[in-house]
Amino acid sequence: MRRFSLFRLGALIRKEFIQMRRDRLTFAMMLGVPVMQLVLFGYAINSDPKHLPTALFSQDHSVFTRTLVKGLENSDYFDIVGEARTAAEAEDMIRTGKVQFVVQIPPGFSRDMQRGQRPQLLLDADATDPAATGNAVAGLQLLATTVFNRDLQGSLAAQRAGTSLVDVVIHRRYNAEGRTELNIVPGLIGVILTMTMIIFTALAMTREIERGTMENLLTMPVRPLEVMMGKILPYIMIGYIQTAVVLAAAYWLFEVPIVGSLWLLSFVLFFFVAANLAVGFTFSTLARNQLQAIQMTIFFFLPSILLSGFMFPFRGMPVWAQWLGEVLPLTHFLRMVRGILLKGNGFAEIVPDMAALLAFLVGVSIVALNRYRQTLD
Amino acid sequence: MNQPHASEPADDAPLVIDVRGLTKSFGGTKVVDDVDMQVAEGEIYGFLGPNGSGKTTTIRLLCGLLTPDAGTGTCLGHDILTESARIKREVGYMTQRFSLYEDLSIRENLHFVASIYGLKRPRKIVQETLEKLNLENRAHQLAGTLSGGWKQRLALAAAIMHGPKLLLLDEPTAGVDPKARREFWDEIHRLADSGLTVLVSTHYMDEAERCHKICYLAYGKLLARGTVHDVIAQSGLATWHVSGTSQRRINRLAHDLAGRGGVDMVAPFGTTLHVSGANDNALDAAVAPWRGEDGLNWRKVEPTLEDVFIHMMQGASDNFG
Repeated sequence: MRRFSLFRLGALIRKEFIQMRRDRLTFAMMLGVPVMQLVLFGYAINSDPKHLPTALFSQDHSVFTRTLVKGLENSDYFDIVGEARTAAEAEDMIRTGKVQFVVQIPPGFSRDMQRGQRPQLLLDADATDPAATGNAVAGLQLLATTVFNRDLQGSLAAQRAGTSLVDVVIHRRYNAEGRTELNIVPGLIGVILTMTMIIFTALAMTREIERGTMENLLTMPVRPLEVMMGKILPYIMIGYIQTAVVLAAAYWLFEVPIVGSLWLLSFVLFFFVAANLAVGFTFSTLARNQLQAIQMTIFFFLPSILLSGFMFPFRGMPVWAQWLGEVLPLTHFLRMVRGILLKGNGFAEIVPDMAALLAFLVGVSIVALNRYRQTLD
Repeated sequence: MNQPHASEPADDAPLVIDVRGLTKSFGGTKVVDDVDMQVAEGEIYGFLGPNGSGKTTTIRLLCGLLTPDAGTGTCLGHDILTESARIKREVGYMTQRFSLYEDLSIRENLHFVASIYGLKRPRKIVQETLEKLNLENRAHQLAGTLSGGWKQRLALAAAIMHGPKLLLLDEPTAGVDPKARREFWDEIHRLADSGLTVLVSTHYMDEAERCHKICYLAYGKLLARGTVHDVIAQSGLATWHVSGTSQRRINRLAHDLAGRGGVDMVAPFGTTLHVSGANDNALDAAVAPWRGEDGLNWRKVEPTLEDVFIHMMQGASDNFG
């Protein structure tokens, strides 16, 4: 018994493989997770996002304006998706996140340029995620020095000798210093909640099944909705406590501004936490044991963190990945929490994301209630 | 333990369980196959059968935890197919495996159950239940730290607290010591005396003998039912009880008799042997050569319930296994 026995070791290894094969889900996860990571990191993730939606707010219509628009579109970074007629409209577009940039051409732009007075070209950038805007901003500065060359003929050509014909002024909105923590820390609330809320419920339910207490629960006169809500509501409270902790740390440690309403945030939070708990509840009706429940959570958590815009700019992803991202509750929560905390968004601005979140919550709840069995069949 | 029962239910007592043709399959195998069952009010009905014979499944079908593939009937006057919610309210079910919360104390568990059943003044009812079942001085102990006997007592308390009319007990005494087992059965009889009907599955023959009626299930089929005496008489089994002077002698006899025509079963009990056969004459003929042997004492006895069950199980495996 004292000596190390390869024979005994072999028996243990064989047994482990047999058990692995029996637990199909675990086996699938062992293969599925690497493939998923490969696809997500390899194809979906792009830290140099291009084709960012841009609005044009032009107060000067001239040949230079047209050249600039053409130049912007020819660059990979900007896609002109709309035109703002008033400053308020431009502001609205950037606040709601419809566009990442507003390019503003002030009145008298071409006149000033022809006079060689280096008119200002204003770029309003939504800098809540500095990673998403950095390269595009650099791209515009380069563009501005070269794009007008063809239009400047004759006497104007002389001015080409100068370094730059326009003065590019960049407004990094909501995050003037380009601090990444302003983007990360509020987002972290969503990430932490996704992780913990799903695991809590998924485990709480599978534990009932694994320990056999589910059988007892089923023989008692309880309704599925009661069981589901009984499992979800306590953890919503936990979710609020977690949020309070992260928010307090964000405010005092990381100096994240809290521009918007905390009441609105609490309101959004309720539905976000409920959505995650419903996912956890659904997993618990699928998983046969606690290990499987944890694996399913990971399977949900990984795309959530990668495709939601938490780690990498949402707009940098290919369209299919963006569609996947749009399904995830974290994507919408991130937009709302960043909007509320950094941009001071009110209810009107968060309506589209709120609607998407509610749709997800309702959909998953229906699945969960349908999956929940009142019998042991 | 063959003691007379204080109050056996009257023959005309109304039926609490009345089901016919109950069938349930899992993955193509019929776990419960065309089972009829009638249990009268106030009866202690023993449910016997080997492991995997469908006892648990039958109990689950009765209380609405599983939906039958075929079969009709009533439980407490409610249709088992459509009124399982009402059945659940009036049935107390004690699962085979301890299914209360191990990380809750006894009192917390009972309070939870009382609240789920919507009992009025749960605190008072819990207190009464604790006193009735002598659980009071352990009320704060976590259920997970209790020994088998105490867990079973707690599970029983939880099952009867809401005043059910029918108690379904699925192998309630498995793994419990004899003293706790006897006390448990005394409690069952007390409950039955107060008008409660009890359906209890068990592997223990002494427990079967404490039931008013029993039935025997094997391979999903009901093979026998009635009082213990009825079941033994119906079996038609004849049994010789052989005692020997030495262990070796009994062992050799067992070896010689096993498999002979007319002998269906040879079961050694220490220095005695039970030799049984379905046909009395064939059995006598088979054992005749050894009857006169020295040191062996032959005596014709009534077969025990265990002999009868093992015999039935063998027959069942020939037919259905």
